[in-house]
Amino acid sequence: MRLDLGAIAKAGSSKANQTGSWRNYKPIFHQVKCIGCGLCKIYCPEGCVTMIEKKKYTVDYTYCKGCGICAEECSSSDIEMIVEEK
Amino acid sequence: MSTTFIEGSIAVAKTVGVCRPHVISAYPITPQTHIVEHLSELVADGEVKAEYVNVESEHSAASVVLGSSATGARTYTATTSQGFLLMIEVLFNIAGMRLPVVMTCVNRAVSAPINIWNDQQDSMTARDSGWIQLYAEDNQEASDMHLQAFKIAENKDIMLPVMICMDGFVLTHSFDPVELISQEQADKFLPPFKPEYYLTPKNPLTFGAMVGPDGYMETRYFIEKTMHASLQVISNVATDFHNQFGRFQGGLIDTYKVEDASLVLVAMGSIIGTIKDIVDELRAKGQKVGVLKVRSYRPFPKDEIYKALSHVKEIAVVEKAVSLGYGGILVNEIKSVFYGKPKTPKINGFILGLGGRDITADTIHQVIKETAKAASEEKFVGLNEALIGGK
Repeated sequence: MRLDLGAIAKAGSSKANQTGSWRNYKPIFHQVKCIGCGLCKIYCPEGCVTMIEKKKYTVDYTYCKGCGICAEECSSSDIEMIVEEK
Repeated sequence: MSTTFIEGSIAVAKTVGVCRPHVISAYPITPQTHIVEHLSELVADGEVKAEYVNVESEHSAASVVLGSSATGARTYTATTSQGFLLMIEVLFNIAGMRLPVVMTCVNRAVSAPINIWNDQQDSMTARDSGWIQLYAEDNQEASDMHLQAFKIAENKDIMLPVMICMDGFVLTHSFDPVELISQEQADKFLPPFKPEYYLTPKNPLTFGAMVGPDGYMETRYFIEKTMHASLQVISNVATDFHNQFGRFQGGLIDTYKVEDASLVLVAMGSIIGTIKDIVDELRAKGQKVGVLKVRSYRPFPKDEIYKALSHVKEIAVVEKAVSLGYGGILVNEIKSVFYGKPKTPKINGFILGLGGRDITADTIHQVIKETAKAASEEKFVGLNEALIGGK
């Protein structure tokens, strides 16, 4: 990134900002009651929830800020936010 | 070279036209209207080959020039007062993204109370935005400055936006003899805009990406450093202009009868003309008076001002803006020029001409009289005693 010229960066360079370090609460996907509705993936503002297979989702903790939207939207209350101690 | 008797706004519009802008976007607001109105005519008549984007607000106008500048287009906008304040968020972004946009800030008072007349409060309010700010003394200079502005802004070592400040009505609506710049002359002076980086699908880039605490401070450091570097560029471009056109209105500053003066008035913009008349009048009576014009307000040319004024006993700073809760803005910056120097002159600050209050010869005479007796402080000159309870 050219900081000397207005923070001009190559496309896709936002990946360098590992926003997972901002997180205070961590989503835990229990994967017990999951019905596979996919709301967690759709609502994640960071786009870091991925479907591995039907009724199986995972979070990329490198970028997850811990906003809790996935837990709030989960139709089966299968995602739990826990305090993350670092 | 031919001289035309022309309104200030139209002269500026014609100069912007020969700078070959690719994109112009503006929202009309008094007293800026004639500039953008005439430019839209030039575009509609096919005389200027530019995209003229009509928008619904100044925030949008600034955003249009931001976006188009990022694609490598030469862009121009103009506004004043309330419209200027609406632009401010985007103005910081334009500077932060290092886009060499050129704009005219027609100087007008800020609401409330609503007032459409001239002072310099609007542009002074954005002095910390990262824009280079140049103040024009007359319509010839205002017109010439726009050609210079693109050359300064687009210098590959600068890449910062430039704002030309010209006094509303006093300049924009006055008819003056102006030597207009022809297309051939402009092309000779101003090379085509070829930025190092621009948005294109062939090479996708991100402009103004998020930068956290680990890098943001460095972006500000680089702008500050570039501002200092631009002192030399502004000065060089004025010299280049002088060499080609034979006109010189000052580089960073301009001085008039300052060399042997004991009292020097310091000011920006159209008021300089009035002060020059008073200087001539007092010189005829044997008084050693001069005037210093601050042409480049940002970057602030501390060294040049000190060099020009180090021998002076008294300085009177007259300004058409106020930092409410502190006093004069320019006067305090002039004071800072002398901090730590062996000799400090007596420096007086005067606030006048707010909201279009006339600045007459009498006003300037009063400033000079007050300077002789008063200690350094900021004073309002030309107040209507009847309106403030006779005090």
